[in-house]
Amino acid sequence: MNVKNHDTRFEAMEISEIVEENSYTKTYVFKYDLGAKPGQFVMLWVPGVDEKPFSVAYCDSGEFWLTICAVGPCSKAIYEMKVGDRVGIRGPFGTEYDIGEGEHLALVSGGYGAAPMYFVAKEALKKGCKVEFLTGARSEDLLLFEERVAGLGDDVTWHCSTDDGSKGFKGYVTQLLSEVMKDVKLDKIFACGPEVMMKAAGEAAGDVPAYLSMEKYMKCGFGVCGQCAIDDTGDLCCKKGPVMAYDYVKGLSEFGKYHRDAQGKKNEY
Amino acid sequence: MADLSVEFCGVKFQNPTVLASGILGVTASSLKNVVRNGAGGVTTKSIWLKENIGHANPTMFGTDSYFLNAVGLSDAGVKKAQEETFPEYLKDKPAPIIGNIVESTIDGFAELTEAIDKCGPDIIELNLGCPNVEGAHGKPFSCVAGDAAAVVKACRARTKRPLIVKLTPNVSDIASVAVACAEAGADGFCAINTLYGMGIDINMRQPVLKNRSGGLSGPGIKPSAVKAVHDIYKATKLPIIATGGVMNGEDAIEMMMAGGVLVGIGTMVYYRGAEGFAEVVREMEEWCDKEGVKDLKEIIGCAVK
Ligand SMILES: Cc1cc2nc3c(=O)[nH]c(=O)nc-3n(C[C@H](O)[C@H](O)[C@H](O)COP(=O)(O)OP(=O)(O)OC[C@H]3O[C@@H](n4cnc5c(N)ncnc54)[C@H](O)[C@@H]3O)c2cc1C
Ligand SMILES: Cc1cc2nc3c(=O)[nH]c(=O)nc-3n(C[C@H](O)[C@H](O)[C@H](O)COP(=O)(O)O)c2cc1C
Repeated sequence: MNVKNHDTRFEAMEISEIVEENSYTKTYVFKYDLGAKPGQFVMLWVPGVDEKPFSVAYCDSGEFWLTICAVGPCSKAIYEMKVGDRVGIRGPFGTEYDIGEGEHLALVSGGYGAAPMYFVAKEALKKGCKVEFLTGARSEDLLLFEERVAGLGDDVTWHCSTDDGSKGFKGYVTQLLSEVMKDVKLDKIFACGPEVMMKAAGEAAGDVPAYLSMEKYMKCGFGVCGQCAIDDTGDLCCKKGPVMAYDYVKGLSEFGKYHRDAQGKKNEY
Repeated sequence: MADLSVEFCGVKFQNPTVLASGILGVTASSLKNVVRNGAGGVTTKSIWLKENIGHANPTMFGTDSYFLNAVGLSDAGVKKAQEETFPEYLKDKPAPIIGNIVESTIDGFAELTEAIDKCGPDIIELNLGCPNVEGAHGKPFSCVAGDAAAVVKACRARTKRPLIVKLTPNVSDIASVAVACAEAGADGFCAINTLYGMGIDINMRQPVLKNRSGGLSGPGIKPSAVKAVHDIYKATKLPIIATGGVMNGEDAIEMMMAGGVLVGIGTMVYYRGAEGFAEVVREMEEWCDKEGVKDLKEIIGCAVK
């Protein structure tokens, strides 16, 4: 556990800044030293509403960011919050992306997955890596983080895909990955997004080691409730993951097929 | 090296550690993983007849000395247990499995007992911690000796499998509840369930748990558990899964001296992970070897007068 002194009480944190990303996504800035690594997540508590897991979209010693899509009761309550409002945070939890010195990486994302990949790109640059930043969305207006990634300099190349062809490559981001792989020799591929997309990314990776950020229903986030246990190994997504090697994940009987809800019932993808 | 195997209600366990209900108990894969990590047996998370939503988050948190939870007994219902959890667990069954069930009426408990019996658990455990919706005061079944006994009697008629009762410590005299259950046909006990508890986030000025209050477990409750196990053992002499605050091998030995045949372990997972089971077992072995204990039967209830 990444928890100091086994204490999982919340830290009350004020929202310092809110950035609107698209019609249903905002980035929330907290000026605290969270000490998270790329790939890790926090549990965010909206008092009186609920508490849910969110990936860290950026973190340094002075601040961290969460990029959140309003999809249901808890995330919509967050969407309505204002600068100065308080939430409870615990974490960071889970595993991180293993970034080596001077590697050539492809970061493949869909949906809000682009946000945590921004954090990966920032850290990768510190280690002298070259980064192919690939992100996909249904249409242009839903693409996230383009300007921020453009601001990272020459060692990061932005590639995007849209289902409707309104911007970039027309098709899936995993097809775009195959295109990019024709021109560059990659050391690793990191993926974050819908499981079916990550499965396709793992398959497209071929011999290149791939690491996926897996999302399963997490109740506690720190290895007690068992809600995110994966079939057939019984490993916990919150502790063994969320970042796991594709080599391990591809052998899981549930991979790409189903996830479970808060009661443990299977939901097919 | 000491032989740590024990027999509980006629069921043989390779070692006395048993995963307590509600921790890592949602799926067969998870239960099997806990056995792979050293547990002598496992208990399912409490199963209902029908799906039960449970409470919203926050449902739990821990500190160095205690753990507080209010999961609200979320479960998919007995259909999942019948179609998935039991068949998959029993395929290459690695260790005994205890089916823990919960309902809010006596008839519900009886019907569920029959349904779980057919799933093939080694032991059926009645979680009487849920309020009796038909009772005079809506108190949990295990808080009222007569209510607890009525459930046991109704369930006893529906199964020939070992039937044990999980008792709450939130009563003035746990032994009298245990005696009433024993007279109604219980074969043993699991004690204790969690103590009542609440924690307030002073910065948010409200309880941390969405349900406001919850159940206390972990290191701090061990003395309450030792006392409850001691009292139940003394009053009934029936086998007990001694549960509550066991963090290491020495705690487990202490629980056995109070009268536990098996030792239930839940919150330890928060501190040591599922891997902790093998460590606890190793610590028990070390203690036995140091003290020259060859068979754990020597120490069960040895501190009870
Ligand atoms: C490790 C991890 C990292 C995540 N990172 C982000 C992020 O950076 N940005 C973001 O917008 N979302 C992220 N999510 C998803 C986010 O947790 C859900 O969108 C959120 O919980 C939805 O809750 P709700 O009440 O708004 O909606 P609901 O209507 O309750 O749920 C909508 C959908 O979200 C999923 N979900 C709900 N609760 C949970 C839960 N406790 N655990 C996992 N999935 C859940 C379910 O698939 C559900 O169908 C992440 C999830 C995980 C597991
Ligand atoms: C998160 C959590 C969930 C629990 N869920 C259940 C449950 O579903 N049914 C039950 O009978 N007991 C449940 N319990 C109680 C435990 O099985 C056990 O009796 C109690 O926690 C004391 O043991 P411990 O200190 O080893 O955890 C739960 C405990 C915790 C911590």
